[in-house]
Amino acid sequence: MTGRIIAGLAALAALAALVAVPWWVPGDYYISIASQILIYAVFALGVDVLIGYAGLVSLGHAGLFGLASYAVAVALAGGSAQFGAILLALAVTLAGTAIFAALSLRATGIGFIMITLAMGQIMWGLAYRWFDLTNGDNGVNVAARPMPFGFDLEVASNFYFATLVVFLLALLIAWVFVHSPFGASLKGTRDQPRRMTALGYHVWMIRFCACLFSGLLTAIAGILFVYYTKFISPQSLALTSSAEVVLMVISGGSGTLLGPVVGAALVVIVKNVASAYIERWNMLLGAIFVAIVLFMPEGLVPGSARLGRFILRQLRGAPAKAAKP
Amino acid sequence: MGIRVNRRKFLAGTAAVAGVASFPMPAIAQNKPVKIGLLCDKTGPLAEGGLQMEQGVTLYLKSKAMSLAGHKIELIVADTGSSPATTKTKAQELVERDKVNFVLGPLAAFQLFAISDYVIQNKMPTLCLAGADDLTQRKPNPFLTRASATSSQAEHVMGDFAAKVMGLKKVACLDSDFAFGYEQEGGFQQVFEDSGGKVVKKIWAPLGAPDFTPFIAQIQDCDGVHQGFAGAAPVKFMKQYADVGLKLPVVGGETAGDDALLPRFGDEAIGLVNACPYTIDLKNDANAKFKAGMMKEYQAIPGFYAASMYVTVEVVESALRALHGDVSKPEQTVKALRAVSLKDTVRGPLHFDRFGNAVGSMFVRKIVKEGGKLTNVTQKTYENVSQFWPYDEAKYLAQPSYSRDYPAVKS
Amino acid sequence: MSLWGILAINSVAFGGLLFLLSAGFSLIFGLMRIPNLTHGSMFMLGGYIGASLNLAYHLPFWLAALGAAATVAVFGGLIERLLLRRLAGSVLAQVLVTLGISFIVADFCLLAWGGDPVSVATPPGLTGGVRAFGLYFTTYRFAIILVACVVAALLWALLDRTRLGAMIRAGVDDPEMARVVGIRVSRLFTTVFCLGAALAGFGGIMGAPVLTVYPGLDGDMLPLALVIVILGGAGSLLGSLVGSFLIGILYNFGQAMFPELAYFVLFLPMVLVLVLRPQGLFGRYAP
Repeated sequence: MTGRIIAGLAALAALAALVAVPWWVPGDYYISIASQILIYAVFALGVDVLIGYAGLVSLGHAGLFGLASYAVAVALAGGSAQFGAILLALAVTLAGTAIFAALSLRATGIGFIMITLAMGQIMWGLAYRWFDLTNGDNGVNVAARPMPFGFDLEVASNFYFATLVVFLLALLIAWVFVHSPFGASLKGTRDQPRRMTALGYHVWMIRFCACLFSGLLTAIAGILFVYYTKFISPQSLALTSSAEVVLMVISGGSGTLLGPVVGAALVVIVKNVASAYIERWNMLLGAIFVAIVLFMPEGLVPGSARLGRFILRQLRGAPAKAAKP
Repeated sequence: MGIRVNRRKFLAGTAAVAGVASFPMPAIAQNKPVKIGLLCDKTGPLAEGGLQMEQGVTLYLKSKAMSLAGHKIELIVADTGSSPATTKTKAQELVERDKVNFVLGPLAAFQLFAISDYVIQNKMPTLCLAGADDLTQRKPNPFLTRASATSSQAEHVMGDFAAKVMGLKKVACLDSDFAFGYEQEGGFQQVFEDSGGKVVKKIWAPLGAPDFTPFIAQIQDCDGVHQGFAGAAPVKFMKQYADVGLKLPVVGGETAGDDALLPRFGDEAIGLVNACPYTIDLKNDANAKFKAGMMKEYQAIPGFYAASMYVTVEVVESALRALHGDVSKPEQTVKALRAVSLKDTVRGPLHFDRFGNAVGSMFVRKIVKEGGKLTNVTQKTYENVSQFWPYDEAKYLAQPSYSRDYPAVKS
Repeated sequence: MSLWGILAINSVAFGGLLFLLSAGFSLIFGLMRIPNLTHGSMFMLGGYIGASLNLAYHLPFWLAALGAAATVAVFGGLIERLLLRRLAGSVLAQVLVTLGISFIVADFCLLAWGGDPVSVATPPGLTGGVRAFGLYFTTYRFAIILVACVVAALLWALLDRTRLGAMIRAGVDDPEMARVVGIRVSRLFTTVFCLGAALAGFGGIMGAPVLTVYPGLDGDMLPLALVIVILGGAGSLLGSLVGSFLIGILYNFGQAMFPELAYFVLFLPMVLVLVLRPQGLFGRYAP
């Protein structure tokens, strides 16, 4: 019981802290960093649906992420309205995800990883070579962010609130998804695919739908991203980008909902903030990953939860010793 | 084994200078320091150029004891990690968090495009190294000043030299398949063909290709080769070119035979002709001082990246002098920057055209072996070369930007 | 005519280099089921160390190559013993740790050797080439082919004729049974990982006169290793060999003949194989 109460209070505190960011964070620059963390958190959630809950590691999701970003940027450059661009991006990315999934699900395990890697590389190559559409490595600029209900999203704190709302919605639908009967069957296909087939579940279709849901979250993240940076270039679809988001999920804790969020925060902060103070930030990031594997191989969030439970047990179980406050 | 930045020495040197700079200064320099932000790649595949950019900037600042035109300078260096998204974030850091007055860099065209709109929106005077032709041509950025050159500027001169001095008639072009490669090749092709030559083939090597041999193998029916590779690739290219057994003369732009890269080449590079806005054998006081300083502080031979940034800081100094240190009005600052005209920089005379792009000398050099080491020797100096040379500005702007297919190969 | 000739020679030479890169990966993945994402970094590290031994310490090229291989082998052994051993079966943690180490290695190389590419001179005696049939055959590229064949032969002898090889093959086919039969699987794993690392490091310095060594080499080579192992099948020496030469051919002929598809020409066949025959051409099991 105590554990649940503590977890609940912690969640409320975290929510309050998130909402209050523009007030306690020093300056517009850091508010933008906070927005970036939330955007990558949504992306990581999308990838976690596959890695953690379906047991499928994808090394090509940056291709779908970039697809959504390009769809928005190209549509806007072509004169579309903001809302239309967003809808187009969602539709195009879901279609792309369907193709992606149909091909990749021919294999599982390492085969799936390799096909998704290949798909990601193909998307990256298209972004470079289809110059007429994508402008190659010069990228596409987005002139202006949308103005929903009259709020000017060019202001950093307004954009942050919009991102926060989208993030919380994404977290909510992910929670619903994971705790639904479909989510349970997905976990079943992860753990015992043959038994599930024997029980009559259509494993391929379950995985395919999970891919589509993952694609939806990825599309949302891609759309937010291109509005955030107001620029998209093929580098965002490179293998390193796909690997980065996979690292966010694994380091934070796959198979949990908060893990990807923590992982995203870790990577974004080291890459953008720590890099201002530490020249060898790449080495630092690598060292942090190695440390996580050594001490909390299941990820930061499950590892911290385990640590928390251990501490609680010690506090409770210590006989006749003075209770710690 | 080669040239390395001795980090400890570098840091110690900076610390020493910082110590000196904190001594009591004359009253005139007691006002708020002028902040300069430098966007360069200290990690990632572009790190080689980025580190040289930093060397060029810090060397000039050190030589002036961290004070330009009587104003104390605070330099903030941001690592863009060879990524456009990170460049954008770091630009925000410099502008919003550190509140710099000038942004120097970035290095690559795709990084510049990522921050171009942001720079305009925030009215931040930016002095880039990146070539990106259109940002001073068809899509001009009013806050940009470029003391280096457009990607095609030196290549225009190369095309002229290849046709008129080297007498090449048919050239095959093998360039990197991205915007920089297109602009380099396009600049060369246009002037080469207008001077009587013909580009017989355009071969594009994808980024990240470890081995260029399949592309080199396609070079046929020509009397010369144009290469357009950047970063570490030119070294690889020359080796693999020699391995295929081709002996045709090779020409290229500023990245093909960069002076700083020469220690990395082997004898296969002897005879490579390249055009660059800077040359190591330019004989003037500024360049002598610059070369000596680079050798002393960093044990490094300077090249295009370091020299461009060294000159850039000199341009900033000149502008500060003209503004009497008043950097509060960005539009005025940019005007002052673009009005700078210098006679004796490390690259010779320098001024800017109405788009803020450098107009200066272009040097065509050839790699020779002197005293057991490879070095560039200037063959011809083209003076007063603007980004439109040798064309009329209006005519040039009316034509499309250089791309994969423009100018087309004429059959 | 000469175009096809050059492409043919280079396909074989590049294939030889790729074999040195991928054989180690295939062994490690086949036996230990670990996707060793540090493999590209080991290749690059071998190149840098070999270059330093050769240029700064003036060791002759072949000695430097062996020195590089040995150093990278030790490095690999340390990774396996200290880190990978505790992660048996946990693919995600293995991915995390190997990627994390590749970040550290890449940044370390940048710190130690700087951003400039490192050029290694072709070893004396193998410089220059021979002109025949209107083509120029570089001696060194032939040397690479020869070395790759020798290494392949040695590896085959190891796997087929020695007890160690028998144990490795048993471990690849059925690790549980191998343990039951009394094979010291953990010691075997360390040996194989060191061997794989040594091969990668050796490949790096062998390739240095052709490719040079530069920041980003690890990222350029790792996808190739992955593609080869998938195509050829994990844990199969023959698969690595055939896969390497296939990719060498695809890389050369494919990029020359279909320049529009340059970014895809390597991946499409891999996707085909995965879709039609997931265990690869010669693999023993579908991963």
